[in-house]
Amino acid sequence: MMEPRIRLENVSIAYSRNLAVKDISGSFEAGSLTAIAGPNGAGKSTLLKALMGDLKLQSGAIHIDALQPKDFGYLPQAAEIDRHFPLSVADTVMLGAWNRSGAFRGISRAAAERGQSALEAVGLGGFERRHIGSLSAGQFQRVLFARLLLQDAKVIVLDEPFTAIDAATTRDLLAIIHRWNDDGRTIIAVLHDFEQVRSHFPRTLLMARETISWGPTETTMTTSNLQKARAMAENAASEQPERLAG
Amino acid sequence: MMLYDTLVHPFVEYGFMRRALVACVALGLGSGPVGVLLMLRRMSLVGDAMSHAVLPGAAIGFLIAGGLSLPAMGLGGIIAGLVVALLSGLVSRTTVLKEDASFASFYLASLALGVLIVSLRGSNIDLLHVLFGTILAIDPTALYFVGGIASFTALVLAIVYRPLVAECFDPGFLRSVRGHGSFYHVLFLFLVVLNLVAGFQALGTLMAVGLMMLPASIAQLWARTLPVMMAISAAVAAFSGLVGLIVSFHFGLASGPTIILVAAALYCLSLLFSPSGAFRRLFPSRI
Repeated sequence: MMEPRIRLENVSIAYSRNLAVKDISGSFEAGSLTAIAGPNGAGKSTLLKALMGDLKLQSGAIHIDALQPKDFGYLPQAAEIDRHFPLSVADTVMLGAWNRSGAFRGISRAAAERGQSALEAVGLGGFERRHIGSLSAGQFQRVLFARLLLQDAKVIVLDEPFTAIDAATTRDLLAIIHRWNDDGRTIIAVLHDFEQVRSHFPRTLLMARETISWGPTETTMTTSNLQKARAMAENAASEQPERLAG
Repeated sequence: MMLYDTLVHPFVEYGFMRRALVACVALGLGSGPVGVLLMLRRMSLVGDAMSHAVLPGAAIGFLIAGGLSLPAMGLGGIIAGLVVALLSGLVSRTTVLKEDASFASFYLASLALGVLIVSLRGSNIDLLHVLFGTILAIDPTALYFVGGIASFTALVLAIVYRPLVAECFDPGFLRSVRGHGSFYHVLFLFLVVLNLVAGFQALGTLMAVGLMMLPASIAQLWARTLPVMMAISAAVAAFSGLVGLIVSFHFGLASGPTIILVAAALYCLSLLFSPSGAFRRLFPSRI
């Protein structure tokens, strides 16, 4: 039996009739480690949101084969989460048990122990009772990674996971990403740092609203492709947004 | 004896004072925790707008019942509040306007419409009651109504606490686990409307949100965990009611505004003396 993969078929996404993503086709193979790279405004996060089912497609389709929505774990951009919400580290991590506990069931002792292990795996053992507002940006990102560990998802979708994070934390979190990938999980991450992409991600989707290149990183992240992406993004920024017909 | 005469005697002697006190405690238990969640969702002003949005429905209830009837006005208020909440959501999803802008437009129209409807049939006194409340006129029926809403709110919050917190803290996460965030958002707005309607008779449409937001702001200044914030908010709302009623009784002041001003005074004190208040920030080593 073929491993499930995620297939994008001519995916276009629009905000208020302005195209943000145009005609993207390709596959995230099962167990692959893919970066989505491109200039600001390239539609990278928009594509992730569509992948998670948060945005409706203007046209095209996303096929997830035998995967279920619960097989996806998602890390949104840090700005989308209220870091000063009055929650403890332990409570935040235990949200990752949602697929088992749901909205109403109690947290089992086994789940609580898994949460504890997840915290230790990200280097935050002993932080359980700390308030999340008292954590640094890097520590908070570690907490969110612990939540993802607890989710135990087959596909992990990360939106700019290293923005404003210190180098040591970035190194530790990249190691976790590699461990997830070694376990056979599919990883899809939006990244800004092209060096990070080249060093750690074997496959890359380079986009500027539409696909510039999608494949092995060494053939995707070439100087000419990056120039093309920049030029397309600059053109898009200086022109009127592309409107949908009708 | 003087302390007894000041603090206890009014409630022993007068049934209307006892009913008003029970109503304040019930309002605190319901509105306090709801206010904390409303504030954490950065929807404080939406709560204010919603409190005005219930007015046309309450006014129509007033017309149908032929006077100040809390059940009739409450039901009308709930329907009007929900209609405005849903219309505002619809406008923000189908136009370029954000939800707060559409709320503001709807609540101004609602306030004007409500005042117009009451003034068609009622007297200026009725209009004052609708706008500023009459907590001392709460009868047993109204008390059951307010108590029922407080009990229902506490029960619903206990049942949906986890998804509400998740939706409030990280809505993207709840969507990713198919946690039905929209359902809990609407359920929460329903609780907001319900508690505003409960506060309606006591504090009127213009101040009903006061016992929701001021105690919630105070709680945020003193506590760092959500359950403690909710408990402080409920206690502060009830305490403001107690002190407000005593002060208004002895000084012959309007009770609704006095209750809100007591909460406002506690808010000012908290701004100065709470752990995250101004004094601690200005003089970190001395306090």
